[in-house]
Amino acid sequence: MKHTHLYNYILGIADNSLILAQRLGELCGHGPTLETDIAGTNISLDLIGQARNYYQYAAKIKGEGKTEDGIAFLRLERDYKNVLLVEQPNEHFGYVMGRQYLFDVFHLLFMNQLLNSTDETLAAIAKKGIKEVSYHKRFSGDWVKRLGDGTQESNQKMQEAIDELWVYTDELFDQTEADKAMISEGIGIDTSKFKEVYYTEVSALLKEATLEVPERKYFIKGGKKGTHSEHMGYILAEMQYMQRTYPNMEW
Amino acid sequence: MTITQSANIDAHLIPILEQVNDPEIPVLTVLDLGVIRQAVEENGIIKIKLTPTYSGCPAMDVIGDDLKAAFKKTGKEVEIELVLSPAWSTDWISEAGLHKMEEYGIARPLSETADKDVLLGNKKLVKCTNCGSTNTHLVSQFGSTACKALFKCDDCQEPFDYFKCLK
Repeated sequence: MKHTHLYNYILGIADNSLILAQRLGELCGHGPTLETDIAGTNISLDLIGQARNYYQYAAKIKGEGKTEDGIAFLRLERDYKNVLLVEQPNEHFGYVMGRQYLFDVFHLLFMNQLLNSTDETLAAIAKKGIKEVSYHKRFSGDWVKRLGDGTQESNQKMQEAIDELWVYTDELFDQTEADKAMISEGIGIDTSKFKEVYYTEVSALLKEATLEVPERKYFIKGGKKGTHSEHMGYILAEMQYMQRTYPNMEW
Repeated sequence: MTITQSANIDAHLIPILEQVNDPEIPVLTVLDLGVIRQAVEENGIIKIKLTPTYSGCPAMDVIGDDLKAAFKKTGKEVEIELVLSPAWSTDWISEAGLHKMEEYGIARPLSETADKDVLLGNKKLVKCTNCGSTNTHLVSQFGSTACKALFKCDDCQEPFDYFKCLK
């Protein structure tokens, strides 16, 4: 039972990175400028690298001939445990940066805690990735500020993006059964402990960006439990295409 | 040599390891880069522990294949294990490696504090690899590979890569 919880817990972390990386990967070659294009794919690559480390570990725990590729590519939609935030589409550059920033702040706080996990492998993955994630947050935060405090149009677009994405932020702190079991073991991270820190930090940056902090009224969740938005199927159709069409193919 | 001190590498394997280069910074050998944490021969099998520079570094798979190929020429089999802990640090790049990197056109990583001053505080500390001026500015935190940032010299106008400090 412990292994099942640990396996599910790891996938919960890894799927966020994988699906966000896939979204960023869609923009490869389509960034507004060369530098932002390269930055987006760099961030995507870091996230895929982190996801690979988690999946390799998950495959080892599961045994039964599981591989990292199998876990990443051959599950059905309901088996993915990522939050709804990361599967939201690339509406426009401001939207992409808003989505990234709202995730990065959480991600860095999370990694900071994962360093202290009693699970050595998870702590090592966090140690490896934490500096990468701090670069991501700096980049996305800078763009939210620049666009928020930019022209009238960029401000408006950024505001709309934040307003839309805000409803997905609460799910970051939702705790599944696997989360709770792992927290009690000292392996998992109790995200409720930094929920207020998260909203304080995000709100401060939004204000600096001359944006309004949305009022928290209601939130949409479900991804962590496998109930995804309609976007998820399209993401998987593209992401899984090669493995579905040519089973077990390797590079 | 600092690399062989901190990592466990059999001396007789060094000449072969020196033939394997980083595919993305080809002037550096895997030893210069400090990604080989262990290379020992046990019962005729070479056991290598490799650590990635960045989590998603695509060079790792290539380096693994290149290591196997290099040892295959000597008739030896290789087992490669990827290790994450302790995490790779730019401190593990050898002095010779840093020198070769600069000659190649990539500015060497600064100390952790100086690196933060540059990337966060826009201080002018990174030396242009073309003219040596420190009158340079950060163009993008993300460069041609995960480990580098993009800079430009305000004196000679040359754009260049800076190897980000990682600790």
